[in-house]
Amino acid sequence: MWVYEKKLEYPIKIKNANPRMAKYIITQYGGPDGELGASLRYLSQRFSMPTEEAKAILNDIGTEELAHLELVGSIVSQLTKNIPPKILEEQGLGGYYTDHDHAIYPVSASGVPFSAASIQSKGDSIADLYEDLAAEQKARATYENLIRLCDDPDVIDPLRFLREREVVHFQRFGEALMIVQEKLNKKNFFVNKKIF
Amino acid sequence: MHDQQETMLTELMSIDFAIIELNLYLDTHPNDQRAIEMYNMNVQKSKQIREQYEMLFGPLTARYSTSKKSWQWISNPWPWNKNFMNRIEG
Repeated sequence: MWVYEKKLEYPIKIKNANPRMAKYIITQYGGPDGELGASLRYLSQRFSMPTEEAKAILNDIGTEELAHLELVGSIVSQLTKNIPPKILEEQGLGGYYTDHDHAIYPVSASGVPFSAASIQSKGDSIADLYEDLAAEQKARATYENLIRLCDDPDVIDPLRFLREREVVHFQRFGEALMIVQEKLNKKNFFVNKKIF
Repeated sequence: MHDQQETMLTELMSIDFAIIELNLYLDTHPNDQRAIEMYNMNVQKSKQIREQYEMLFGPLTARYSTSKKSWQWISNPWPWNKNFMNRIEG
């Protein structure tokens, strides 16, 4: 189970509103390579992982992704706080405002609502860990695209933090994959055998 | 949020981040003694600052913190609020 802590994983202190940037950043809330999908992917895959290390890393990274979901939501919320509808519309958020007002809703940058079709939980630890490695790289690339589109240091700073976390998670998943492969390759185990 | 609260919270956040990072590292390196020592040291430091922070500024969790006469858990600001870590002006 989980316990909520009344603090963020990393400080978000944005002085200036920027609805245009919010429209892009929300993709890391509910888009195909966003934090919601990441968390659901890892927290779902952990049930079928074969080693202690792999169960733990999926559980703990899946949990950290929930903290990242909160960071992204906080950024979007602060970038759009109290902005009048006409300005939201001018900066590309007219459709979003119509459906969600100033609320935070999981969509991609192009407005597609969150879909579990963007994640997989295959029950095959090798397939799942390779997907996790790819997912971290796709999230890293997305944060880099966002940083290129952004010119506010208050926003770039937490985006850089989130990007760095993707790099660390990739490293940890790579180690978990090696540990699982080593176990699968031991004598008396078939490579495709899922349960030890 | 005022200066002293922000300073203490920033320190706590940085220690707790070190704990998250070491936790993930130890998941795939469970026998690294040096990392375990660093982890334990940070958990001790976090406990101390947490206790002081909660005494001065109210609960960080509903589950593990006690409350004074009124239910302090609901008090603004919440972490996503713009003034959570910005000094209150005026």
